[in-house]
Amino acid sequence: MLDIRGVTKSYGIREVLTDVSFTVGDGRMTGFVGANGAGKTTTMRIILGVLSPDTGTVFIDGVPVTASDRRRFGYMPEERGLYPKMKVAEQLVYLARLHGLTPASARRNTADLLERLGLTERAGDTVESLSLGNQQRAQIAAALVHDPEFLVLDEPFSGLDPLAVEVVMSVLAGYAAQGAPVLFSSHQLDIVERLCDDLVIIADGEIRANGSREALREQHSSPRFEIRTQGDTGWVRSQPGITVIDFDGDFAVFEAETDAASQAVLQHAITLGAVHSFSQQRPTLATIFKEVIA
Amino acid sequence: MSNATRPVHTAPTFAQSVWLVSNREITARLRSKSFLIATGILLLISVASVVVGSLLSQNTTLTKVAVVGTAISVVEQTEAFDIVESDTVKEAEALVRDGSVDAAVVPSGSADSLLGITVIALDSAPIDVLGTLSVSPDLKILEPASQNGFLAYLVAIGFGIIFLMSATTFGATIAQSVVEEKQTRIVEILMSTISVRALLAGKVLGNSLMAFGQIVAIGLLVSVGLAVTGQRVLLADVGPAIIWFAVFFAFGFVLLASLYAATASMVSRQEDVGSATSPVLFLVMIPYFLVVFFNDNPLVLAIMSYVPFSAPVGMPVRIFLGDAEWWEPVLSLVVLALSTIVVILIGSRIYSNALLRMGARVSLREALHK
Repeated sequence: MLDIRGVTKSYGIREVLTDVSFTVGDGRMTGFVGANGAGKTTTMRIILGVLSPDTGTVFIDGVPVTASDRRRFGYMPEERGLYPKMKVAEQLVYLARLHGLTPASARRNTADLLERLGLTERAGDTVESLSLGNQQRAQIAAALVHDPEFLVLDEPFSGLDPLAVEVVMSVLAGYAAQGAPVLFSSHQLDIVERLCDDLVIIADGEIRANGSREALREQHSSPRFEIRTQGDTGWVRSQPGITVIDFDGDFAVFEAETDAASQAVLQHAITLGAVHSFSQQRPTLATIFKEVIA
Repeated sequence: MSNATRPVHTAPTFAQSVWLVSNREITARLRSKSFLIATGILLLISVASVVVGSLLSQNTTLTKVAVVGTAISVVEQTEAFDIVESDTVKEAEALVRDGSVDAAVVPSGSADSLLGITVIALDSAPIDVLGTLSVSPDLKILEPASQNGFLAYLVAIGFGIIFLMSATTFGATIAQSVVEEKQTRIVEILMSTISVRALLAGKVLGNSLMAFGQIVAIGLLVSVGLAVTGQRVLLADVGPAIIWFAVFFAFGFVLLASLYAATASMVSRQEDVGSATSPVLFLVMIPYFLVVFFNDNPLVLAIMSYVPFSAPVGMPVRIFLGDAEWWEPVLSLVVLALSTIVVILIGSRIYSNALLRMGARVSLREALHK
């Protein structure tokens, strides 16, 4: 488990992080969301030890991270870059060896990853000769080649074509499924929504919301329901404690004053005929995000 | 992830990290065509200078003179001329006129001539002939120079050029490689993996090894060249200076390399490398120009041989000239080594502070503080 506690960082008089605390649980895909300049990259750099915090500590399973622990991290910086004139496979082997792998396991991991990311044919090409999408895949390979125990990825999906997004999503989900804590930031809220188990929202250097995706949705959900039935739903209007927001034949959206009132609607609908769907409207991540940072 | 399923890999030590980084630098250099071509040219120039030098020294053919009658005894004594005997003065003059001899030596017509000979030349006094046949007063030199002046000049310039070329080539290479990592942002991955000091040390070590290898290759080629072309005497004279030069160069280059890396880390684009590293370039050029202009000035050379930036050129030249006491190179080397350590410390501070600052050039004050 990765635990960030009380991290503060200033550049000169400008405080960019204020008492940032959150955890990334084992096997949890944790989305890190915030506007540009909110402090995501600074936080990630501090986790990786590229920057040092003014106060606060990063813990692994309750123990402060040391410089040698940092080799157990897989890191993908927001600013992408590999040696342009170095061959893809050589570069990955080099990075794996810097992380402490033996030459043999470095080569094996490189071959495996290139295979998984569909880059095997490009192994002997220099990075500068790759297409942009393939450069991105190589970048992801660079973050994963040393079998990291923790993943910290700054905007791993930016610049990827939809196909590559799927590949990367499945690779990351695979890591989380094996029990690795995965922290990733993204501007693409729809991807975060699909992928993350937990969510951390940061604004102006402060953590504004933090918890599991479902709990956050619960917190921010409105008392709004949708119902779709076989027959006409006009009768919903006359139910006690109900305000209909939208109505279209067999479909209605309404707000209920109490849970009991909404359940009464469902029960009545069943007596009238088949009910195709009945659900509470869940706020999208974008909605939660807007609410939280407002 | 559970520990059972993952390969155990231990964190490499500082030394291992440095070695990995320096290996990458060396491989990258060896694969670069421009580097290989430049090295080839430098080696060729070194060999060529030895060969040309040897050809020039063998080509000193004797001056041809025509000699008439009794003058032959005087001329033969000198053993400095290729003699063409002529029967008459007229015949000798004819040889001078058609250019087949440089001068003619004939018995003097007047009785009070000191040497009893007359030298006949075409349009100007033949200095070498006159010099050889003249009578000189006795000469006593109080402090004989151990080396001939022209040779000393050549050796000094040689050390100067090699130092200048190697330092600037490899200095520029280091600077470019620092900015390449910064510009491509791979530096952030590297910094999250190994310490900044290990990164800097690896770069400096890798490039220093290459530069040193080049110097050793040049030294060996020149030595072998001198031996093969039969200039063994010269080799014995220059040899110790070459060895000291290599030793001084090793330290001096590490110092310059650290400066190149530190100054380059302050900019983010290849276009800015030149202006950022120009102060270091001056430090490299100064010893070169000092040695060109002051190689016959013992005071300037003595000062040069202790100032860390110029010691790699200054001290070997003094050793070659025989001006340096045995302890002087040792003392100067200690001064150089200490300043190298100080520069590495300051350099790594600048380097680690400036490395993550993208965009505008980082000022020296910002890089040193914080």
